[in-house]
Amino acid sequence: MTGTTGTAPSKDHGTTGPTGTALGAPAERREGRQKVTGAARYAAEYALPGRAHAWPVPAAVARGRVTGVDTSAALALPGVLAVLTPGDAAGLAAPEDGTLAVLRSADVPHRGWCVALAVAETPETARAAARAVRVTYGTEAHHVDLTEDAPGGYEPDEVAGGPGRVEHGDPEAAFAAADVRVDVTYRVPPLHNHPMEPHATTAHWEGDRLTVYTSSQGGTTVRATLAQLFRLPEERITVVAEHVGGGFGSKGTPRPDVVLAALAARHTGRPVTLAYPRRLLPTVVGHRAPTVQRLRLGAGTDGRLTALLHEVTTHTSHVREFVEYAAVVSRVMYATPALLSTHRVVPLDVPSPSWMRAPGEAPGMYALESAVDELADALGTDPVELRVRNEPRREPGSGKPFSSRHVVECLREGARRFGWAGRDPRPGVRREGPLLVGTGVAAATYPFQVAPSTATAEARPDGTFVVRVNAADIGTGARTVLAQIAADALGVPLERVRTEVGHSDLPPAPLAGGSCGTASWGWAVHEACARLAAHPEEGPTVHADTTGEADADSPYARHAFGAHFAEVAVDTVTGEVRVRRLLGVFAAGRILNARTARSQFTGAMVMGLGMALTEHSTLDPAFGDFPESDLASYHVPVHADVPDIEADWLDEDDTHLNPMGSKGIGEIGIVGTAAALGNAVHHATGIRFRELPLTPDRILARLLCEG
Amino acid sequence: MNGFGYLRPDSVQEAAEAYAAHPGARYLAGGTNLVDLLKLGVERPGTLIDIGRLPLDTVQELPDGGLRVGATVRNSDLAADPRVRDRYPALSQALLSGASAQLRNVATTGGNLLQRTRCPYFQDLDKPCNKRDPGSGCGARDGVHRDHAVLGHSPQCIATHPSDMAVALAALDAQVELYSTDGTRRLPVADFYRLPGEHPDRDTWIRPGELITGVRLPAATAGVPSAYRKARDRASYAFALASVAVVLRVEDGVVDQVGLAFGGLAHRPWRARHTELALLGAPATPAAFEGAVALELAHAEPLRDNAYKVPLARGLALDVLNRLAPAPAAA
Repeated sequence: MTGTTGTAPSKDHGTTGPTGTALGAPAERREGRQKVTGAARYAAEYALPGRAHAWPVPAAVARGRVTGVDTSAALALPGVLAVLTPGDAAGLAAPEDGTLAVLRSADVPHRGWCVALAVAETPETARAAARAVRVTYGTEAHHVDLTEDAPGGYEPDEVAGGPGRVEHGDPEAAFAAADVRVDVTYRVPPLHNHPMEPHATTAHWEGDRLTVYTSSQGGTTVRATLAQLFRLPEERITVVAEHVGGGFGSKGTPRPDVVLAALAARHTGRPVTLAYPRRLLPTVVGHRAPTVQRLRLGAGTDGRLTALLHEVTTHTSHVREFVEYAAVVSRVMYATPALLSTHRVVPLDVPSPSWMRAPGEAPGMYALESAVDELADALGTDPVELRVRNEPRREPGSGKPFSSRHVVECLREGARRFGWAGRDPRPGVRREGPLLVGTGVAAATYPFQVAPSTATAEARPDGTFVVRVNAADIGTGARTVLAQIAADALGVPLERVRTEVGHSDLPPAPLAGGSCGTASWGWAVHEACARLAAHPEEGPTVHADTTGEADADSPYARHAFGAHFAEVAVDTVTGEVRVRRLLGVFAAGRILNARTARSQFTGAMVMGLGMALTEHSTLDPAFGDFPESDLASYHVPVHADVPDIEADWLDEDDTHLNPMGSKGIGEIGIVGTAAALGNAVHHATGIRFRELPLTPDRILARLLCEG
Repeated sequence: MNGFGYLRPDSVQEAAEAYAAHPGARYLAGGTNLVDLLKLGVERPGTLIDIGRLPLDTVQELPDGGLRVGATVRNSDLAADPRVRDRYPALSQALLSGASAQLRNVATTGGNLLQRTRCPYFQDLDKPCNKRDPGSGCGARDGVHRDHAVLGHSPQCIATHPSDMAVALAALDAQVELYSTDGTRRLPVADFYRLPGEHPDRDTWIRPGELITGVRLPAATAGVPSAYRKARDRASYAFALASVAVVLRVEDGVVDQVGLAFGGLAHRPWRARHTELALLGAPATPAAFEGAVALELAHAEPLRDNAYKVPLARGLALDVLNRLAPAPAAA
């Protein structure tokens, strides 16, 4: 295992990696120039001839029914083409995903639900028309408060492809009998993905052929969903998602924009663009569901865990079940003879939650790794050493051996770089004038996931190659890394490979989500290219399909791991927490592009910083939506919040993954960041804050009482 | 957006006349807040009168040693002006702590004074708000109000004024210059804003059609030590949870001149008259500061979720007062 540090741009623009091939090289993003010059086109920027614009009307009640829609004033505005109302989508097939059942019925399941759609010649006219639509409602009492004892909760059968509950040994008894016990409850509020590009679709019908330009993490699924809803064969639908301005999970499956745009385009006979307004996104495209997490850790005086109980309460909407599976991480991390990992989900009249970067793992590891820090405190043990001491030989939840697991090495390497050795464990003693300074550590984990994909590789007469796969480049550099995988498998220089992604005419592929995009698409690309290289006579085009291989059961528990180290300064005058240093060290298989990987790691760490310190959405009990509905009030970190931040990795040689030996890297960076920061705040102040985010109001109130 | 007329006068007089001919019009300067409100439907003027071409974009010396800041001077230019940095540091600091660099490059002095509250209920047409829609109620009072007022609020409205600049101007005894077809007048910034009372729809005492032509910074506070400090949820681009501007001159250990205003606590920059009265002529000691600040904050009436603002404001004020007070001479 070696530390990889060389990421300075090389003279060849990073086309050669450590092994002499393109794999692992810090290659520049192929579409970078297009993006920074504005040439890259996004979904709302396809100005098709005659296109119109749509604007949604959000429900103004938290629960009830639409009893009337008066469109006369809206339709009277010059330039208004149509107003779609409940029932206009009744002819579509019922969607599997209830969030797509827009304009089918008069029911209002939550505030912000689309109850009408105005279509006009310009976006401004469409907005004015939407505002002129008069909707009347029959309202019913609503409930949006999540509490641990909220009625109607149930234990889901399945979460994240596994059981809702895992229980080994006798955790209650083991905890009761433990020498040292930590029994704490942590809370994470609703959070929002807020990608820079809002959810947007331009839809265009030519007879019974539908083309959509859409902002999606997975165009293949968009096509299948539209085919089912509009009762069309898939070959009559084209989905283009050439550039996607971020998604973080909120574009993992189709959202209402694509259904509404297609509906409006069919209704008006015009191409229609619907770019969802920023302020309406929070209720429509999903959020990270809030969690209340009770952690009970029992240990012997030797610091070995004897019981680990992780019980999560979360909410879902009445539209569909989504469980923020925060307790799953406790099935992966630490050796314990008695384990309980369980979820309880409460359906409320809330907007539907959905995936947000490392769903489950990010809030789950915040709670678990904070509780482990509390246990280290209770034992008087260094928190790095406590984690090392509880390193499992097999995955605690499944009993499977790990395909590779280097969390201890990440902790050790991170501790070395951070200067952890000799840290004074006493909390609340490092004063610099009005500042209290502290450091914290947390581990990270994220599962290796992979799905079947298809791809083709074509040898061109001029000696170049074209690789085709309907992957989505959501800003991660998928185009670039797939070309690297292809060049490596073909044994040719990187510049001889071109990649085509983001179009449904290309070979079908799974989504860019679950950190599985590169692993899944890359496997198919590698296979096509390796066959083309070995058997040129099969060419000029070779088609690969990894079905049966990529989805085969593995006898191994496969996860990426990491360690986060943080230093913070807490201002005792204001309660402001400012980050001084953030270091992440990861073990995620082989890193395929040093430049884009680092970008993903550090980007996710910044998002974790936001989760820890600045970001939160509040469910307004009276109105049922989120008052933080723009980027001025939903506080993602700004540059001034992001300090000295460093991400690095240990290369792993794991042959149980895929031909590239790569694990996913898109999400693990956020996992553990919040706990490391929270633990640092405790080390600084001597106070345990168990609810995110750590904003000045919360910090100051307790500093004054307890500091 | 609903249609609106657009006029671009070349002189202050033409602008005022344009308003007289189009009652209910809005003056447009940088547009960083007004355009947002147009998009949201909170503002629906029939006419916009673009004052961007008026000759109000300079900072001038006044004969008495003060400065006159034109209404369309950009926030970034004003913050960087060496005369402001030297003589009125609290103003420069307040400007630089507001918004983002991009917004400051566009936002103007007059527009900054007239920006509206960022209360989310005010911005959402589907929710009650007495400021936007008098008589409809207040969504924030029992709703999400962590960022709202603790001083001077009314049953009708708990909104805060969002400006940082205005807080420094209030402490510096700056005056707003107003022009209308009826003539000109000046108002102290500290008295320019109203408390919400029964009419939260009216933010200021400005009369319909009156145009802010500039802000006067008096000679009396020029060169007096001053500073601004703001607490916020993130390190930049966030409104104040609380802020303070302090102007303080100490002679022989005694407070000779003081101006102190809070931001983020009320419907207007909150000039702390009780504190000032108690400090004037008092020894410039931490204990005196503490007692004087407590006198002002004793009037606070926190809501369910914003009680933290009181100790936050106290801490900010004491920090800045103690920083500005010269260290006592060695005995």
